[in-house]
Amino acid sequence: MNKIVEKKQLSENVFKFVVEAPMIARSRKPGNFVILRVGSKGERIPLTIVNSDLEKGTITLIVQNVGLSSGKLCQLNQGEEITDLVGPLGKATHIHKVGTILALGGGVGIAPLYPIVEAFKKAGNRVITVLAARNRELLILEEEMRQWSDEVIVMTDDGSYGRKGLVTEGAEEVIKREKVDECVAIGPAIMMKFCALLTKKYNIPTQVSLNTIMVDGTGMCGACRVTVNGETKFTCVDGPEFNAHQIDFDEMLKRLQAYKREEDQARTGKK
Amino acid sequence: MTAAKEKQQQERNQEWRTELRKAVPNKDRLAIERVKMNEVEPHERNKSQNIEVNRGLTPEQAQREASRCMDCANPTCIEGCPVSIDIPRFIKYIERGQFLNAAATLKEFSALPAVCGRVCPQEKQCEIKCFYTQKMKKAPVAIGYLERFAADYERESGKIQIPDVAPGNGIKVAAIGSGPASLSFAGDMIKFGYEVTVFEALHEIGGVLKYGIPEFRLPNAIVDVELENLKNMGVRFEKNFVVGRTATFDDLKELGYECFFIGSGAGLPNFMNIPGENLNGVMSSNEYLTRVNLMAANQEDSDTPVLRGKKVAVIGGGNTAMDAVRTAIRLGAEKAMLIYRRSREEMPARVEEVKHAEEEGVEFHNLANPIEYLANAEGRVAKVRLQRMQLGEPDASGRRRPVPIEGAIDEMDIDIAIVAIGVSPNPLIPACLPGLKMTRWHTIEVNEETMQTSIPEFFAGGDIVRGGATVILAMGDGRRAAASMHKYLTDKHAGKENK
Repeated sequence: MNKIVEKKQLSENVFKFVVEAPMIARSRKPGNFVILRVGSKGERIPLTIVNSDLEKGTITLIVQNVGLSSGKLCQLNQGEEITDLVGPLGKATHIHKVGTILALGGGVGIAPLYPIVEAFKKAGNRVITVLAARNRELLILEEEMRQWSDEVIVMTDDGSYGRKGLVTEGAEEVIKREKVDECVAIGPAIMMKFCALLTKKYNIPTQVSLNTIMVDGTGMCGACRVTVNGETKFTCVDGPEFNAHQIDFDEMLKRLQAYKREEDQARTGKK
Repeated sequence: MTAAKEKQQQERNQEWRTELRKAVPNKDRLAIERVKMNEVEPHERNKSQNIEVNRGLTPEQAQREASRCMDCANPTCIEGCPVSIDIPRFIKYIERGQFLNAAATLKEFSALPAVCGRVCPQEKQCEIKCFYTQKMKKAPVAIGYLERFAADYERESGKIQIPDVAPGNGIKVAAIGSGPASLSFAGDMIKFGYEVTVFEALHEIGGVLKYGIPEFRLPNAIVDVELENLKNMGVRFEKNFVVGRTATFDDLKELGYECFFIGSGAGLPNFMNIPGENLNGVMSSNEYLTRVNLMAANQEDSDTPVLRGKKVAVIGGGNTAMDAVRTAIRLGAEKAMLIYRRSREEMPARVEEVKHAEEEGVEFHNLANPIEYLANAEGRVAKVRLQRMQLGEPDASGRRRPVPIEGAIDEMDIDIAIVAIGVSPNPLIPACLPGLKMTRWHTIEVNEETMQTSIPEFFAGGDIVRGGATVILAMGDGRRAAASMHKYLTDKHAGKENK
């Protein structure tokens, strides 16, 4: 069960895993995520499904080593098994033909953006993709994104590749240049907040996919609460994608820190 | 007379039962005081999540308590049991010293006797119907303690008996969710001869028995033994499987499943929708208890974090609120406070849980209702604003309605708030079955006798039907659903053969 058939390092801290999960491969849709656990004492962590291969019965996951649990996953090698893997969870992205899509991906958020870009392109849209990373080394999935995008603009913080600047700068240029019908942005919460502010200014409907804290991922715990349009929603079952212009990002940014002290202690081995 | 009653009478008329009744005069039975549960001292048990509070009865205590039972000709206790256990029979086996027979009797009716003996509200079910309560105005026979004794005795003896199972009929049925409703359903269906698979979304089997009820009240190891029994009877378990998502109901039908029992529970925690409820440090009891019970976050070697507050406020007055506040004490809270909008008399929690909580040092703040949470400079919860309440006229539930006392608002310092004000049905499964009739409370509509839903091959029970009840009511639903699904499938297959 859940055997890792391929592992590939994409950048210093980012790994790609191709995992045997025939049923999930068959039933997953763009935007869905899985919850997985490494080891019998492992934490349940959500990860968006990047891709699937129906013939091989595999799904692709991309993970950044940012802490104890993602670190344990990143240590697994080809041939090893992921202790628990469940999904697909969350609502699928609403894919339809609208015209021109502006897809904005930041850092490891480029991974969950990939299946959405693919699906929008396959649905007959013009897709312009802006990818952003701190530097050239940290940029992932550029080739794959080019396959499904009419245009790819790369932005790096240090100018080591593509153009120097933030994702919003690349995005605004596109918006000023041509009519954009819909935008989808995935990346760090702070990036999504500023993408939302930008597209709101231009009145472009925008979806974001949230990476909140979760435990069960099936609506049971409410750790993933987020305020959308003044109402509390559960990211796991009501999302993970929401209308970006209605999200209380400042609250969400704070909630991502809810267990920071405990997580820091875990990292240093002092629980 | 129903078949079940006839069987009870036959059993009661057995020679040994008649002799046992005669062996002790009723007035001597009546004179015995009800046994007291052996408990770990509060100051000792409130330091560890893993010390079970109740220690069970010794064989001597159990036999003496069993001898209080009059073995009534018309045992009303059975009417109070949602799974209709032949209570006098198992109790008389205990009196006679045949503890394994007592355990076997329990297993005829219940898939989880060691669990029910611990968490059933017997005082509201079998024991309230006991002859002692009804006619003598005395403390009832401790049916719950005796049930636990018999189940524990069997487990600890190492002579675990597997109930008889009918020869396999090759018909596949599925249970969705692995909590008490589904386990009870599965236990009966496997006895009838079906191929039963239980599907669970989480990585552990047991539902609320694992993620909800804490170790100090129901050790996971006890649940695991009962699950092992079901496995030995032939029940298959599939964890990490979200029916409707991992595979659809149509996929399962293609795999040969003919009927489904939905026991997916009331997974969705309710919040009060008051300002500040999404601050860090405010969480649902489901989140808090899942982190500790399912993920073992209280243990050093677990990767899952949990917030350990010094001043913990738990909102609510039910069993879950008690579980959460007592867990907080065990995780090192200096002040563990229960905030409840009515008074102690109206608390829905079991009397025993309230008593245990009090002994362990829980502060009760009754007639108080949170209206806002306030943050500190870091954005974490630091205070709760409380509206003081008083009791008014009785409401629909028969309890006096709490009404705000105008202007009586104060603040309390806290560093964690745990909201335990109930749960709503989990919408995941109903969302996958568009034809399924739901009630306006988002529960699944069923025929109350047969537990059949608006889609004939779908049955349902437990909290997805009741919206938030007890383990034993869920188990009763599972049993009724199994009986009627058995009839439905028997008729269906007989019809096929006749064609």
